[in-house]
Amino acid sequence: MNPNYYVILAGVLFAIGIVGFLVRKNALVLFMSVELMLNACNLLLVSFSRVHGNLDGQVASFFVMVVAAAEVVVGLSIIVMIYRARHSASVDNENLLRY
Amino acid sequence: MTLLEGLTPVAPTGLFPLAWLMIAIPLVSAGLLLVLGKVANSFGHYVATLAPIASFVVAVALFADLLGRPEAQRAVSVPLYTWIKTGSWTIDVGLLIDPLSILFALLVTGVGSLIHVYSIGYMAHDPGRRRFFAYLNLFIAAMLVLVLSNNYAVLFVGWEGVGLASYLLISFWQHKPTAATAGKKAFVVNRVGDLGMTMAIFTMLAMFGSSSFEAVNAGASKMSPFWVTLLGLLLLLGACGKSAQVPLQSWLLDAMEGPTPVSALIHAATMVTAGVYLVVRSHAVYAETSAAALAVAIVGTVTLLAGAWIGTSKDDIKKVLAGSTMSQIGYMMLAAGIGPVAYPFAIFHLLTHGFFKANMFLGAGSVMHGMNDDVNMRHYGGLSKVMPITYYTFLMGYLAIIGTPFFSGFYSKDSIIESAYEQQPVLGALALIAAGITAFYMTRLMFMTFWSRKRWQEGVHPHESPAVMWVPLVLLAIPSVVAGMVMNAWIGSWLAPAVNGEVPPNATWLPHITVIGVITLAVVILGVVVAWLVFGRTSIPESVPYTRNVFTIAGRHDLYGDAFNEAVFMRPGEALTRGIVAVDTGVVDGAVRGSGALTVGLGGGLRKLQNGYVRSYGLTMVVGVIVVGLALVIGRLV
Repeated sequence: MNPNYYVILAGVLFAIGIVGFLVRKNALVLFMSVELMLNACNLLLVSFSRVHGNLDGQVASFFVMVVAAAEVVVGLSIIVMIYRARHSASVDNENLLRY
Repeated sequence: MTLLEGLTPVAPTGLFPLAWLMIAIPLVSAGLLLVLGKVANSFGHYVATLAPIASFVVAVALFADLLGRPEAQRAVSVPLYTWIKTGSWTIDVGLLIDPLSILFALLVTGVGSLIHVYSIGYMAHDPGRRRFFAYLNLFIAAMLVLVLSNNYAVLFVGWEGVGLASYLLISFWQHKPTAATAGKKAFVVNRVGDLGMTMAIFTMLAMFGSSSFEAVNAGASKMSPFWVTLLGLLLLLGACGKSAQVPLQSWLLDAMEGPTPVSALIHAATMVTAGVYLVVRSHAVYAETSAAALAVAIVGTVTLLAGAWIGTSKDDIKKVLAGSTMSQIGYMMLAAGIGPVAYPFAIFHLLTHGFFKANMFLGAGSVMHGMNDDVNMRHYGGLSKVMPITYYTFLMGYLAIIGTPFFSGFYSKDSIIESAYEQQPVLGALALIAAGITAFYMTRLMFMTFWSRKRWQEGVHPHESPAVMWVPLVLLAIPSVVAGMVMNAWIGSWLAPAVNGEVPPNATWLPHITVIGVITLAVVILGVVVAWLVFGRTSIPESVPYTRNVFTIAGRHDLYGDAFNEAVFMRPGEALTRGIVAVDTGVVDGAVRGSGALTVGLGGGLRKLQNGYVRSYGLTMVVGVIVVGLALVIGRLV
């Protein structure tokens, strides 16, 4: 298969993730967008691993998955706590850390 | 007439190694009184009075020893310890006891003791009495350091010490704003003089590598004319500040805000004569520079006229006496400026003036004591009946100062006028005129205070002062009368070797009748008669009479000395400081504040980025990544 397709797919996924991150308000959706971007990166790593014929990229993608899993645990619990405290998961309301 | 070489100091023997006790005793006493605090309130003044008496005893013992020595051994140098040792300079603390300094030590401790005794009565009801006596002791110690030290650097320590004591005592009643201001004024004006002193000492250190009298005396003749004249003028500036000579005279009249014993001791008998001591002590310098010596004589003449002028127009009894002090010190400076012939006369007049002026100041204090501390002579009158002892002792001082034959002032002042007339006829003539003015203002003072009709204010009941006050008056009145006769024949030959002076020819206790002497006497009588015509025959108004006489108006305003200082020094000084303040706030502070404001503005702009919206941070990151990515790509392409 032509690896270009994978690169294009990864680019599209990443762009969707960025746009989702920038335009949506719900913290959970933002989280999903971040995951989408991570997965786009994983896809690229695996693709180029295949192109180069070694396993470096696949090893790196495992790292990304593990870190993402850990991050999801922490991130989701923070979102839950915020939701309990403020009855909202909108990131626009969480603007206390401003000037 | 022989010009004698200066004395070479010999090593101390006998009592002389203990000479430092003279200084130490009052110093320790002052320290004790200040440290002990209220504990010493009940007995402090007795301790303080014993201290100068003890110093006086030591001084008399040393004086007797000196009298018994042959002439060449009458200067004793007592090394004490090394004060500063740095590089090529060594400044030793040591005492020089010679015919000049021992006379000063006797005057300071003798008159000082009497004034201490007097102060026991005068300050009896003052809550700050202990502090007062502590300061008086401090003054005695500092004054003795000044006159006994054997080099200019240590002399300067005493010089500043008496300045400090003077400041503390002028503003002793600091609850009075006038007294506090007067103290500050004396302090500030004296700083100007001290500038001259310090520069002179620096010059000596630079030229001779030492500030000791010996080194300066030896080196003065080897200096270039420019430097020796400069040194003479710098010393004169120092002397002007301390001795209230024109142009630094303005502080002395205000200094009368202090308690009267202070005026008698510091601002009449001892401290203000330190300038004369300085000039006479620096005889080797003035011997090399006729210009600086002439400057001394001119300053003295101007001051003796200015002081006498002020004395004629004041109504405050202490200010009349202060003007008179200025004037008499002017005579001494004139004598010191004339040269070796008159050095002994300068010191002679200094001593007799110390007696009769201290006597009159204490008499004035006694009068004020009886008049509820009123100093306005227009409220006095007729006091000769109610205060007989004060009156008669004051009368002795009066007769001495105007130069009545056989009284002390006659011998010393006439000698000065005569030698001035021989050396500098113009200055001599002016000094002669001032003798007439002296007679005029002192007679005016006598009329207004003791002789005319009573002009007492309501509720004032004059009475004679207690014995503790009049006994010192009597003890001072005696030398006011006889000191001239006793010392006239002796002082010239006693002092001449120490000050490189000339021995005056065949002086005896009898007045030396000369043409100038007769003219002086005539001028004095004229002054007395004029004063009698103006103040004796007519009654004296209780309020200050209106006058169009420019001389009187100028005199009442201290010859506009303050106005002059204000216009010439104070206003430009104020303008200068205002300018500097403007530069400071505008330029220096402006730069500091400007950079601060710039940082604050920058921060204010930047913090807007922290808007709290997650997506804006996300966008920033995206933009950042794109920029970095583009940079990498472009970098690769180029």
